[in-house]
Amino acid sequence: MQREESVVIQVRDLYYTYPGGVEALRGVNLEVYQGEVLAIMGENGAGKTTLIKHFNGILRPTRGQVLVKGIDTRQASVAELSKIVGFVFQNPDHQLFADTVYEEVAFALRNFGYPEHVIENRVRWALNLMDLWKYRSKSPFSLSEGEKKRLTIASVLAYDPEIIVLDEPTAGQDYLQKEKISETINLLRLMNKTVVMVTHDVEFVTEHVDRVAVMTKGRILAVGPPQRVLCDTQLLRESRLVPPQLIKLSLILRRHNILNEQEYEWRADKLALKLVKILESDTNGGPSGI
Amino acid sequence: MRDVHLEVDAGEFILLVGPSGCGKSTFARVLNGLIPHFYGGELTGEVEVCGMDPREHPTYEFAECVGFVFQNPENQLFFTSVERELAFGLENLGLPREEISRRVEQALREYQLAELRDRSPYELSGGQQQRLAIASVMVMQPKVLVLDEPTANLDPFTAMRILALVRRKTLEERVAAIVIEHRLEVALPFATRMVVMVGGRIVDDGRPVEVVARQKHVVGRLHALELVEHLAQAGFSLEVEKPSPEHVALSIVKAYRVSRLAARRKRSDPG
Repeated sequence: MQREESVVIQVRDLYYTYPGGVEALRGVNLEVYQGEVLAIMGENGAGKTTLIKHFNGILRPTRGQVLVKGIDTRQASVAELSKIVGFVFQNPDHQLFADTVYEEVAFALRNFGYPEHVIENRVRWALNLMDLWKYRSKSPFSLSEGEKKRLTIASVLAYDPEIIVLDEPTAGQDYLQKEKISETINLLRLMNKTVVMVTHDVEFVTEHVDRVAVMTKGRILAVGPPQRVLCDTQLLRESRLVPPQLIKLSLILRRHNILNEQEYEWRADKLALKLVKILESDTNGGPSGI
Repeated sequence: MRDVHLEVDAGEFILLVGPSGCGKSTFARVLNGLIPHFYGGELTGEVEVCGMDPREHPTYEFAECVGFVFQNPENQLFFTSVERELAFGLENLGLPREEISRRVEQALREYQLAELRDRSPYELSGGQQQRLAIASVMVMQPKVLVLDEPTANLDPFTAMRILALVRRKTLEERVAAIVIEHRLEVALPFATRMVVMVGGRIVDDGRPVEVVARQKHVVGRLHALELVEHLAQAGFSLEVEKPSPEHVALSIVKAYRVSRLAARRKRSDPG
């Protein structure tokens, strides 16, 4: 089957227990496909971050198996896996350390042993892409929070990993920074990267993601397109997710028999058109509801 | 921060938003005297918090008046147990034993921390820690509560529970809350007023529904309110009390009932 060939990360019956004894993952199965944007959602403590830390070997399975491009993560070093999987941490301060923005991006490339002229080209390319070339001689710590985030993405993109993993890319970001991150995700999609991100931002997910995996208490409850998963009220309740605004609104309208279809409208303009029809048909004495 | 005028009444829940670096956090730190006492800098104009000028009173005098909760609760938790954490500030105020234990017991109940009383604050989940941080500030019975991105690390469900708790304090105890938050969909349902800062100035201040409509380019879009705008363009103007999906839905239900009633009248009275 074509789909099987394009699986880039395969998680099989994964269990993970932290050294302190907390069982964070309890039988996770997941396939990540080449070129998709996948979001992992769930309440605090559900095991999302623990799961993605298995993708570049920072954590190793207590039981079960994680295959990245067919490589068993227990048999590979973090350095090897990092070439395939670039990891962007939630807090840029945990990741940044170099004296200049340029050196920050060059660091991993040097570690991978690229010749200096290649390093220079790659750094320039990645910094331009993230609109940071102008800051190349500045200290990473003098940047704004949004810029720091983009810098950590640039330093990962520079060595061209096939898979990019982002832990809560939009947390604590203001509106404009969030727009920039949306652009970045779209860019990664154009570059045919596989993107896995952990996020709480349900509106962001409905706009930018192909599939959502919903986690609770160390397990995956459901995987599917956001249009299906985020409308499943029972699932949302079990995983303590808050539905997208227009879905919540539509659910209330359905309870009042104003909307009675199974399909939800995701966009405000389309939902408005539908509602206008309903409201108008009533004043003309037409049938109520759709 | 330049040329900022703001008056806050008891019982208000003010949502303070603006791009990173716009001066929100600076403003918050003026309210309990951390600016200028701790961070330094130059502060001119008039500031009065609970009748005191932060420049003329040391920060600790504000502990009873202004409660401060930060984005990362770990930075403000110090003790070996939840109970000790709650009692510490009260002991510092020199309150009598009975009063301390009465307030601690009440806080344990109110913030659902009773079962966790002997646990170390560091073992708690992010949501529990933030609840404890708010509780340990609220036992001091402050008149003003300042929360600087209190839910940035929390899932939406937990975040809304924390903010609902803050809203209850503003209603029941007339606490004035100033909440700095980027996630509008999480915080707006609780806000009675919204203030927008850009470049160190306040550029808007008013009813949340109206402020969001005016400041979309700064604060972002809110799907529920976008729907209201689209409906208005099509000739259906809705009165929306609060910018939450629940309130918008209820306004639509009302409009629907009104239109059905009109339709029925038309049918029964065709002349």
